[in-house]
Amino acid sequence: MKISAIKELLDAEIVCGEEFLDHEVYSACGSDMMSDVLAYVKDQGVLLTGLVNSQVIRTAEMMDMVCIVFVRSKRPTEEMVELANEMGIALLCSPKRMYEACGKLYMSGLTGNGEHHE
Amino acid sequence: MSEPLKFKFDVQGGNFTSAGQASVMVKKNLRQLGLSPEIIRRVSIAMYEGEINMVIHAGGGVAEVVVYEDKVEIILDDNGPGIPNIELAMKEGFSTAPDNIRSLGFGAGMGLPNMKRYTDSMNIETQLGKGTKITMTVNF
Repeated sequence: MKISAIKELLDAEIVCGEEFLDHEVYSACGSDMMSDVLAYVKDQGVLLTGLVNSQVIRTAEMMDMVCIVFVRSKRPTEEMVELANEMGIALLCSPKRMYEACGKLYMSGLTGNGEHHE
Repeated sequence: MSEPLKFKFDVQGGNFTSAGQASVMVKKNLRQLGLSPEIIRRVSIAMYEGEINMVIHAGGGVAEVVVYEDKVEIILDDNGPGIPNIELAMKEGFSTAPDNIRSLGFGAGMGLPNMKRYTDSMNIETQLGKGTKITMTVNF
């Protein structure tokens, strides 16, 4: 699924990384606990979260994730946007709540399939 | 690569905003060395969890990453309180992190288990009141 499709499905606004709208993502993860995100290897993934701090951006970078969606209309700080720009990560803000946002993406074919790393 | 390549970082304690900077730097450096994305990801996730632990629990410390011909070694050394019960600390979900850390997205009791999960070996030396030294390796 392209990042542009995620933006459409979630009525999201793009905060930074417009140049990545054509990039494909293959998996997704919705969590406010960063260590849970770090427990699952995903390639070219998108992270949905209601958490707003710099560790969200660094966690995504560690996991080679290419897009972060902030749910419930949360907005990243300037510092976070700067970090995301440095790392080449697209940031989206969606008014949807976590459950609905994940459900919409899942129903549209982004089924997660994160591989548990043993 | 005959001489092992070393990267050393001082990790500041108590500063949650900057926590993880050393791991981001390591990831950048390993990319420049042309290591495989899988190896880079494993090293940087293990180090990131360790770095966050040092910031939350130990008041900072020193992180060292050594790149050998056949492996990467990560050494995290702190002067924190030590780990009273390693077996318990290794259990997924067990956490001694304060609530304010949990509201920041960490302290789910996944740090040490994740470090073990992503590395080929992990050794913990700890002394109560003195500190903890964790050595991890990721083989190529």
